[in-house]
Amino acid sequence: MPDSALSGLKVLEFGNLVSAPYCTKLMADLGAEVIKAEMPGVGDEARRREPFAEDRPGVERSGLFAYLNTNKLSITLNPRTAMGNKLFKELVKQVDVLVENNPPSVMEELGLTYEILEKINPLLVMTSITPFGQTGPHRDYKAYEITVYQGGGYGYVSTACYREPVMPPVKAGGRQAQFGAGQVGSVATMFALHARDQIGAGQHVDVSNQEVMAGHYESAIEHWTFADNELGGVINLIVQPMVPLECKDGWVFIMCVEDFQFNNFVKVMGNPEWVNNEIFKDRYSRAEHAEALVPLLTEWTKQYTKEEVFQMAQAGHVPLAPAYNAEEIVNSHQLQARNYLVEIDHPEIGRVRYPGAPYLLSETPWRIARRAPLLGEHNEEIYCNRLGYTRQDLVKLVQAGVI
Amino acid sequence: MNKMVLEGITVVDFGNAWAGPLFARTLGDMGARVIKVESLKHMDVTRLLPPWVPGQEKTLNNSGYYNYMNRNKLAVQLDVSTPRGLELGKKILAIADILVENYAFGVMGRLGLGYEAVREVNPRIIYVSMTSLGSAGPMKNYVMYGRPQVYLSGLAHTTGYPDQAPHPLNISWGDPVASYHGLFATFSALRYRQKTGKGQFIELSQWEGLIGLQPETMMDYILNKRVRVRQANRDEFMAPHNAYRCGGGDLKWVTIAVASDEEWASLCSAMGNPAWTKEDKFADGYSRWKNQEEMDRHIEAWTQNYTQYEVSEMLQKVGVAAFPCLSNRGLVEDPHLNARGFFEEWDHPEIGKRRYDGMTWKMSKTPGRIQKRAPLVGEHNNYVFGELLGLPQEEIDRLVEEKILF
Repeated sequence: MPDSALSGLKVLEFGNLVSAPYCTKLMADLGAEVIKAEMPGVGDEARRREPFAEDRPGVERSGLFAYLNTNKLSITLNPRTAMGNKLFKELVKQVDVLVENNPPSVMEELGLTYEILEKINPLLVMTSITPFGQTGPHRDYKAYEITVYQGGGYGYVSTACYREPVMPPVKAGGRQAQFGAGQVGSVATMFALHARDQIGAGQHVDVSNQEVMAGHYESAIEHWTFADNELGGVINLIVQPMVPLECKDGWVFIMCVEDFQFNNFVKVMGNPEWVNNEIFKDRYSRAEHAEALVPLLTEWTKQYTKEEVFQMAQAGHVPLAPAYNAEEIVNSHQLQARNYLVEIDHPEIGRVRYPGAPYLLSETPWRIARRAPLLGEHNEEIYCNRLGYTRQDLVKLVQAGVI
Repeated sequence: MNKMVLEGITVVDFGNAWAGPLFARTLGDMGARVIKVESLKHMDVTRLLPPWVPGQEKTLNNSGYYNYMNRNKLAVQLDVSTPRGLELGKKILAIADILVENYAFGVMGRLGLGYEAVREVNPRIIYVSMTSLGSAGPMKNYVMYGRPQVYLSGLAHTTGYPDQAPHPLNISWGDPVASYHGLFATFSALRYRQKTGKGQFIELSQWEGLIGLQPETMMDYILNKRVRVRQANRDEFMAPHNAYRCGGGDLKWVTIAVASDEEWASLCSAMGNPAWTKEDKFADGYSRWKNQEEMDRHIEAWTQNYTQYEVSEMLQKVGVAAFPCLSNRGLVEDPHLNARGFFEEWDHPEIGKRRYDGMTWKMSKTPGRIQKRAPLVGEHNNYVFGELLGLPQEEIDRLVEEKILF
């Protein structure tokens, strides 16, 4: 067995849905031990979110949960009970990292703020991932994915188009903002661990999902602070073609930022006559006449499937790609050649392939050693073997609603 | 206390545009010494990209995009495609801890700077290669940019309006995603290096990273053979869940999202409990989801009477998730982001004082900071080749003349 990069690192997750769980999945998949504390009976909210295996809902059947919680251990724990609160703190003593994504007011009510936990474990790195962060006037605002995606600027830029009508802003598919926050949380946590070795103390990491989006808005912020240019609405693209083109069975996106790329595409199209029109002579002129250009390109692409256009264009070195759907991704030869999907067996979901490693490490490979845990599957291992409670204690704790 | 936690870590940035430069910028924010390697033959494309301050003549140093992405770095001009340039490049790499590059697959290898070559001069280096589609497989050489990549990843297929083209997000989401995946892997590798002394090679396929951020879509196909398609702002089960037009100007929207009967009751009371909210077709979550088109027209008739922040304040007060769809301007003016000190201003000899987004997260004891504006072309040639590598000034001058430092 090759080494794991993060073996020996102990993490407690007290989170729901995507941001905190993705953050700790990244850690678990590189070898950290992640204990996931879930509410008794119901568990992580993701357990109750689609998709479910064979469309049959159940706390152990969510594909979202199963993906996000590989390699983790699950315990049940209700920190609202006095005993649950005590157990939570006992666990905090034993770990390097706590990752949570609860509203700041909830952590305060529970008496589980960094100020309190720091006293129990001065080396603790606590990472809190919330919609608007731990401070500021909107700290306690309620938010879901759409709230932070669009409140972080990403929706507004989706309205940018080169002709009418301007449609209301849309969010991206799935929960991209929360994934972004989870990723940023994972990196900031590593920095805090690195700092711990130097300063001999843990610290609190405050990740605001709104800031995660706003800080990764390409150069949009500077379009305003440099040039008073508010993005969105009908805009004039400087160069073309940078547009979706319709094919027989779907769409492709072409992005010819350089003239030579467009010239390559002209060859791929078999040098049609219309290209010689003066208005298409260079990228700037094509941008001015996009209204005329796009239908002519579409006339050609519509004769083929998106895959045919993709392969022809790429053979001619044209930056163009099809809008794949999930089925096309699962069947992609590229992903198959790289063994991207990984097969995982699960007692309720069965043996299926999941999206795999986000990176390949030569010495310390990413790997799935364990499927996502059942709710409370590791209660005995953690409470009895680690914290020293007896099996009879567990029985009482379960009946009391603590675990 | 504000110790710069990555002091002592040296990063060589062979990045271009976004993914690589953001990776390196983040390390610079935490105090690493980042050396950006460019030459006039191959310079970072963002030096040529908007925005600029109106009225300022465009130079290689004053683009807003470049300055946003390259703070806290040193810049050298080094033509590594020459034998002497390559030798000097390796000298820099010999004192580095981390190399990051996001060129098209194969470029670094052709330059003589592939992992094997670099490992020979520095076995402890962590070498991060952010390819588009990976370094193996039938599509490894395909030409890709951010937006086509969003298409290829499946994300565009589930973004946008059902009767329109898949939406490319208008932002290269795969780039920051690759940067942070890369950073996390790098710091895991660094931890491993502390224990074993071993460096390693990290490869990212930006495409695969994006696919992994869509488990809802992927697992629905894998588990149920269902192919999800774009549904604008609709959620799997929440309703209302949309962007609603507001008053106070063109192109103003607010998002409202309701997940429970409790939140629904709060929304109704904030709207003054109009008669339509009492209809059976909106009586429970399932009915609201089924009839959301009609419900959204009612809600929009109400939101249009108020500004974005008015709607958001009224609804947040009663526990309903509502917030403006902020533009770039909206973000810069947002009271909350300003109260948290998210934006920072710094000076630049060619641009003057401007505001930029600052640190991406807050750390209570070692917050990091912006120490340096983005470097001018070749600004640190003398520092890096003279002070760090110990070349005498005459030799540096000669290298400039011979267009090795170019």
